[in-house]
Amino acid sequence: MAAALPLGDPAPADGSLPASCAVGAMDRTFSVYVHIPFCAVRCGYCDFNTYTAHELGSGSSQDTYAEAVSQEIVFGAKALLDSGVPTREVSTVFFGGGTPTLLPAEDLVRVLDEIRTQWTLAENAEVTTEANPDSVTRESLQVLKDGGFTRVSIGMQSAVPHVLKTLDRTHNPDRVGMAVAWAKEAGLKVSVDLIYGTPGESIEDWRTSVNTALSYDPDHISAYALIIEEGTRLAGQIRRGEVANIDDDDHADKYLIADELFGAAGYSWYEVSNWSKDEASRCIHNLAYWRGGDWWGAGPGAHSHVGGLRWWNVKHPAAYQQRIDAGTSPAAGRETPDEDARYLERAMLLTRIVDGMDTAELLPEGRTAIAGLIADGLVVPEAAFAKKVVLTLQGRLLADAVLRRLLNY
Amino acid sequence: MSPMARTAPVPAATDPAIIRNFCIIAHIDHGKSTLADRMLQLTGVVSNRDMKAQYLDRMDIERERGITIKSQAVRMPWEVEGKAYALNMIDTPGHVDFTYEVSRSLAACEGAILLVDAAQGIEAQTLANLYLAMEHELTIIPVLNKIDLPNAQPEKYAAEISKLIGCEPEDILQVSGKTGMGVEELLDKVVRDLPAPVGNPDAPARAMIFDSVYDTYRGVVTYVRVVDGSLSPREKVQMMSTETVYELLEIGVSSPEPVPTKGLGVGEVGYLITGVKDVRQSKVGDTVTNFAKPATESLGGYEDPKPMVFSGLYPIDGSDYPALRDALDKLQLNDAALTYVPETSVALGFGFRVGFLGLLHLEITRERLEAEFNLDLISTAPNVVYEVMTEDKKMVTVTNPSEFPDGKILEVHEPMVAATILAPHEFVGAIMELCQSRRGTMRGMDYLSEERVELRYWLPLAEIVFDFFDVLKSKTRGYASLDWKADGEQISDLVKVDILLQGEQVDAFSAITHRDKAYAYGTMMTVKLRELINRQQFEVPIQAAIGSRIIARETIRAIRKDVLAKCYGGDISRKRKLLEKQKEGKKRMKMVGRVEVPQEAFIAALSSEEPKKK
Repeated sequence: MAAALPLGDPAPADGSLPASCAVGAMDRTFSVYVHIPFCAVRCGYCDFNTYTAHELGSGSSQDTYAEAVSQEIVFGAKALLDSGVPTREVSTVFFGGGTPTLLPAEDLVRVLDEIRTQWTLAENAEVTTEANPDSVTRESLQVLKDGGFTRVSIGMQSAVPHVLKTLDRTHNPDRVGMAVAWAKEAGLKVSVDLIYGTPGESIEDWRTSVNTALSYDPDHISAYALIIEEGTRLAGQIRRGEVANIDDDDHADKYLIADELFGAAGYSWYEVSNWSKDEASRCIHNLAYWRGGDWWGAGPGAHSHVGGLRWWNVKHPAAYQQRIDAGTSPAAGRETPDEDARYLERAMLLTRIVDGMDTAELLPEGRTAIAGLIADGLVVPEAAFAKKVVLTLQGRLLADAVLRRLLNY
Repeated sequence: MSPMARTAPVPAATDPAIIRNFCIIAHIDHGKSTLADRMLQLTGVVSNRDMKAQYLDRMDIERERGITIKSQAVRMPWEVEGKAYALNMIDTPGHVDFTYEVSRSLAACEGAILLVDAAQGIEAQTLANLYLAMEHELTIIPVLNKIDLPNAQPEKYAAEISKLIGCEPEDILQVSGKTGMGVEELLDKVVRDLPAPVGNPDAPARAMIFDSVYDTYRGVVTYVRVVDGSLSPREKVQMMSTETVYELLEIGVSSPEPVPTKGLGVGEVGYLITGVKDVRQSKVGDTVTNFAKPATESLGGYEDPKPMVFSGLYPIDGSDYPALRDALDKLQLNDAALTYVPETSVALGFGFRVGFLGLLHLEITRERLEAEFNLDLISTAPNVVYEVMTEDKKMVTVTNPSEFPDGKILEVHEPMVAATILAPHEFVGAIMELCQSRRGTMRGMDYLSEERVELRYWLPLAEIVFDFFDVLKSKTRGYASLDWKADGEQISDLVKVDILLQGEQVDAFSAITHRDKAYAYGTMMTVKLRELINRQQFEVPIQAAIGSRIIARETIRAIRKDVLAKCYGGDISRKRKLLEKQKEGKKRMKMVGRVEVPQEAFIAALSSEEPKKK
């Protein structure tokens, strides 16, 4: 079961946006997110909007999915134009899932082509796809590269078999190294994703995973603490006592280990859960989210943001397919966060990244809180003197607490 | 069978010889209100159509709890052998907290119906009120109620009652308020057995106030029993305790709606309206006399209500403080026994130290504040009044642990109560064990019948204000009943235990306990708080201390991680909403120094329940 969609206002069938969304559009970047809601196996911890062939039922199909999502892109380009939002070059594209690489590489390229056709792609655009090590080959990666992809993010999660088993990851750990090598061969930038704090994962297991990931010499590494999402199989196993619960202190220990090992290998953090070899290797697409850029999210359950308006699509691929076939907007709901909510969002997102948040953007009470945060070792003093709120290592571990203090919650 | 009276005697012109003033003494839920309702119907003062269940209990809380807090008087006509009589039924509060009000109601009567549930037998509170009635030399009419119940045991309980009051078991009337069976006979018996009131109609008026109720529309309605002389509308009257003078705007009787009359004469019971807005100006127990021709001697027996239990009441939302003050002011209009002074707590902010007659009074007041005034409140653990003698032989009155003097203390005097517990004999052991653990001294034990035992204990009031009754009930499977009255004081080895969070004393958690129990209290509180307070960004020691000596310690480890790993891709709304929810939660946090303490922690720590896991 995937996490519920937010509650919001109804979205119009023609996908039209309020006039306010066009204001200042040329000053904002424009990105496209493409959701691929298919997986070979549903992992026990995952609450993303994805379906196995078995779960999918009739009414939608992987075979025709690229076509459906391409139609949404045509629809989106027209909706934006009709709403007075000027066409901008696409600076980043991200294919996420699910498992995008479960679709033939040609299908992904087909969708990218549509994006290129409708909006034009910036010359140095970052185009990423997430990939499962089991569903890529040397050839498929080359197809992606040739089709315009620049980056691949490989779901490694762990190098330790029993941890992968708890996570229901079925890939052979040895495949990760091969996938990274093939991607590099093809000329793609490579990121690997890790998950820490899985029940049963020892400190040594985690060190093994980090060191293994580093041995592949990727350009970029993400390390996410395992979150137990309500309604997942893993949540049920923990509730029933079949699997040990996760532990915040264990997470903190493992975060510190990761940051230390990544640092020693020449990677530095640029977002709470992301490290890269250099500035050029950062994930520009994610940074666009965090910096308040515009993006169109295509596919079931995908979220979009244009000029302060947020909306989200219907979740089930069959419902999505119906909307697309009918030529109506697949949006399920939308909302325009008010000023307080936008302030919260900006602070929430900007304080997580290494560039930090301008202190000038904070309300007076937030600026007042900074002294205490410096005293507690959570905010970098030098950055604060230069009018930026940037988290220290301790601050990253307590980022939500820092945020609450800045917002006077 | 007596019919409904064809002509009702006219108030103000009623011969005392045809007046009967009585009350009903009964335990909670022994059916007093149902019986009263039935009497109202049979005498025709309330038509069947207008019959609200339990007419006499006005306030919602009373109806919810099935108990009567405030009394009223109803005048009912009744005919026996062709002669019309005026029956005044005076409703009495049934709970031990309101002993003084009970005694005033009893003083307005010549007789009392002792009403006992035929399935449950007499209870301790009933015994206490029966004792008061006998002290006032009231004629007692014993009645077994609910005899229609399948589990009624009238013979058994008739024997018990006859042993208690010295009557023949067969003289005890058997009635059912629910079906009406036997109620007419009871009304006849009231006329036949109870003496008529006696007084001097020509003397200056002396009327005793036995109740005083605030009414939003009419101001204070004062209920009186005229002993001597008479009162008439528009005349000026004087309250003898305060010598204040009021004009009688209205005088009348309740039947049960107020009916204005030409006055009230000897033996009559009715109400006065003077335009007074505050019940404290028209005090229960005071004597009303004519201003023009005042009596020289009051009827006596007036006492200022004395609060026995104190608790701090604080609004959960600090901005509700003015609303709480207004609400207490309003309640006091109707409750002369309620006393309060502003108080500040470091942990809880601004609130009031409120004095109550007892625990039930506390609970009812708190419930009314929450239900009628829509306030969310924290009440601190109730405590009693201590007299503390410091080293320099000065006596300090302590109504709040924070007033407990620092430094060396010579003596601490604590209030004591004489408690009576009635229970089936198989629970004697458990009750003795409980009373012993509460520092009680046994004063006696009697068998009321073969199965039921009365135990008498001398106990510190402080030991019974918290959870004594609940524990007693659970140890006796609900069978025991308890009555107590204040009974002197004793010198005890009492100490103040403070609770410190990160070195900061949390005044709301301080408690005065016996030295032998200090360690248990300290351990209980520190463990509770460790469970209830979330981990902070720093380590938080929780200590219990007597003076500077630490007697218990727990530690809340510092939180090490407080960050969501992922922003869920583009679903930014989701994380924002999580944070917005946290903001709502923060509103319910109180700061103790730098430590965030959830309101729930205060509530849970101050209640006797087990803490919920955070």
